[in-house]
Amino acid sequence: MAHITRGFQGKRAKEREDSRLPPGQYLSEDFPVLSAGPTPHTALSDWSFSIESEMSELKRWSWEAIRTLPSEQVTVDIHCVTKWSKLDTSWEGVSIDTLLDGVDYDATHAMAFSDGDYTTNVPLEDLLDGKAWVAFAYGGQPLEAEHGGPARLLVPHLYCWKSAKWVRGLRLMDHDEPGFWESYGYHIYGDPWREQRYAGD
Amino acid sequence: MARAAVRGRLSWTLAEVVELVDETAKVRSVVLDVPEWPGHRAGQHVDVRLTAEDGYQAQRSYSIASAPEDRRLSLTVEGLADGEVSSYLVGELQNGDTFELRGPVGGYFVWEAGMGGPLLLVAGGSGVVPLMSMLRHRQAAGETVGARLVYSSRSWEDVIYRDELERLGSASNGPEIFHTLTRSQPPGWTGYARRVDGAMLAETAWPVSAMPTAFVCGPTPFVESVAAALVLLGYPATSVKTERFGPTGG
Repeated sequence: MAHITRGFQGKRAKEREDSRLPPGQYLSEDFPVLSAGPTPHTALSDWSFSIESEMSELKRWSWEAIRTLPSEQVTVDIHCVTKWSKLDTSWEGVSIDTLLDGVDYDATHAMAFSDGDYTTNVPLEDLLDGKAWVAFAYGGQPLEAEHGGPARLLVPHLYCWKSAKWVRGLRLMDHDEPGFWESYGYHIYGDPWREQRYAGD
Repeated sequence: MARAAVRGRLSWTLAEVVELVDETAKVRSVVLDVPEWPGHRAGQHVDVRLTAEDGYQAQRSYSIASAPEDRRLSLTVEGLADGEVSSYLVGELQNGDTFELRGPVGGYFVWEAGMGGPLLLVAGGSGVVPLMSMLRHRQAAGETVGARLVYSSRSWEDVIYRDELERLGSASNGPEIFHTLTRSQPPGWTGYARRVDGAMLAETAWPVSAMPTAFVCGPTPFVESVAAALVLLGYPATSVKTERFGPTGG
């Protein structure tokens, strides 16, 4: 039974009605930025994206090469663990299905890794079947560095920290292990609809 | 990377307001009695959950201002124009009221006595709150490692913890405090009067050779520019820890 807070009414009508808003979230019209350190700026000529097994590199694309792959336009709602949600955000990117097509692997999970030493773990099934992308455009424009450009992972059905900014690759694993925020007490999976913010939620 | 200890579930618990302190016209500290508080580390935050009579709930995160050593848990909240939770906490909340919170949350943007390195704290506006927890902790723990705070406010009236910072700064082994006032300055002001920039940090920040750890907290554009300037000064990216307040919230 929730504890009624004396004198609190709540001003936000939309949050009361919107069935697209997970529990504990509020709507944001802006696009707030959250990251643990300085924004990295990697030159496109130095950028690459790799698929790795735990032993070796399986595949690697340069910026030019990844941009020749078929890309998709997606419009999705995104949910940040710090409580804001933003509806109908539009992205362009290459689906993880496309990137893993033809890669021979035997894995259950992936660790996404980024410039700036950021990592986050995601079960492979949450990256496949049109559920995740490497996105390089937002709102029809190249993705800005502070929002994760040149490219970020986009896994919109999980809290945003799983959509790793400045992503440089996926390490395929035969087990789950915590990434950066997951080892600081955030939830290992991070489903906003089950409000899995912190370990044990 | 150090792995944090595995913790149990963070449960909602009731906090009772025991004191309210108006820090500035828009900023209030909420001092709480939390019987089931498990303790925290300087720099961590809590989630606050308010429930209206019709069952509507709103949650927000607030930085902890008190030191781990303090008897009471203290949050410092800036009232935002459109903020339904912050405007309640800053405007409506009274002594004796109770609300739900859970925490502490976050383990990266933290500092503890004994972690070494001189400490560089760079705050924009209410971004000073988690950094104040670090300064209070440093004082309470008797830590002697150097600390500097570079703190940007709009005006002298907007400086949060003004008197306490002055006391801390004048104590022996106290932190060095550099204020910059970006919009208006009192008569005779001799401190900085512009946004924090690379030149200001070159004058105030510890040299890279001292192997400092930097904590930067404030609005996103502030944090972006300060963190980038520190990297340009030679601070390794991993030595610059950031916490950002988005343009919305509250």
